[in-house]
Amino acid sequence: MKIIITSQGSRLDDQVDPRFGRAKQFILADTESGQFAAHDNAQNLNAPQGAGIQAAQAAARLGAEAVLTGHVGPKAFAVLKAAQIAVYTGASGTVREAIATFKSGTLVAAQTADVEGHWN
Amino acid sequence: MKLAIASGKGGTGKTTVATSLAWVAAQTGRTVAYLDCDVDEPNGHIFLRPEIESERPIEKLVPEVDPARCTHCGRCAQACRYGAIASLPQQTLVFAELCHACGGCVLACPVGALREVPRPIGQLRIGRSGQIRFLEGVLQVGEAMSPPAIRAVKSAAEAADLTILDAPPGTSCPVVETVRGCDRVLLVTEPTPFGLYDLSLAVEMIRVLKIPFAVVINRADAGDGRVREYCDRNRIFILAEIPDDRAVAEAYSNGQIIPQAVPTVGKHIADILEQLAGEDGP
Repeated sequence: MKIIITSQGSRLDDQVDPRFGRAKQFILADTESGQFAAHDNAQNLNAPQGAGIQAAQAAARLGAEAVLTGHVGPKAFAVLKAAQIAVYTGASGTVREAIATFKSGTLVAAQTADVEGHWN
Repeated sequence: MKLAIASGKGGTGKTTVATSLAWVAAQTGRTVAYLDCDVDEPNGHIFLRPEIESERPIEKLVPEVDPARCTHCGRCAQACRYGAIASLPQQTLVFAELCHACGGCVLACPVGALREVPRPIGQLRIGRSGQIRFLEGVLQVGEAMSPPAIRAVKSAAEAADLTILDAPPGTSCPVVETVRGCDRVLLVTEPTPFGLYDLSLAVEMIRVLKIPFAVVINRADAGDGRVREYCDRNRIFILAEIPDDRAVAEAYSNGQIIPQAVPTVGKHIADILEQLAGEDGP
């Protein structure tokens, strides 16, 4: 299964970035093979608006089936939901730890955004 | 003449100066239009107390996707500078509240799957305050994009001897939208460090737009001399210095037209109009 973990760096030992739309990096990891690749999110990190929407679009285009992050706002959540990507909020620690927690099967997918949008 | 009243900092007296100019100019028999372009929080009506004659919705054009035609190529999302479109492998989502109504996505779509549909974002109110033609835009609560509403106010105004555009504070898109196409800009400031800093940002903005401008220092004797020094150093013309006066504050608190309530201020305002008329006739 391909999952995305928002990260503050490009390695598995970097910390999870609690922000989704404005995360520094997306780590795209394959939970079966253990392979991973870092995708820079600088364009959305610096966007004046719409960062969550565009980050969610990027996640969909990367073929992710789930996203592990700290928080997701309403617009990003709407896009992820439309793309049928499961959202797991509240991730913390390193990317490696987040993946391990996910693989343990104890996480429950979020049903709604867990933070408010910036415009409403 | 189209004259915009702007300032970097909020609360410097834009609306006080704008409504005062409108009132004094109308007294002299000129046709005057007052446009409240501070559509997030228009408050010129508090002073001008217009009789509203007509009201109509302000709309902006936003894209709508025809799912039958969309090939999910993603060009619309790429074209959108505002991140308002998400192009997914199976679906295209539009976040209309983030749309600036530029129409770029419609042009970018290679298969004609997008069309523009109107979305109400506020109200345009047109009326009269004595001899002054009054227009204001009121952005709907929850709408984030004011430039389309400001455009609607500007395009609804008929020509007048003097058109006064009361700008929102700041130096970003809503202000640029307001001052664009104006003949002159007055930057109202106050002699404080905050006033000076925000004035310097506003000056940078107006210089990029290449519109002739001058400064009005409001509550001129309340702070220090740094605004004056800044203007001298940068060869910026100070058109008027309106003194700090308790009577003005009292009239303001009662929603009165300042030059009507405090004649000494009326003289400063008349002087501004004369200087503007002197340079090329309003």
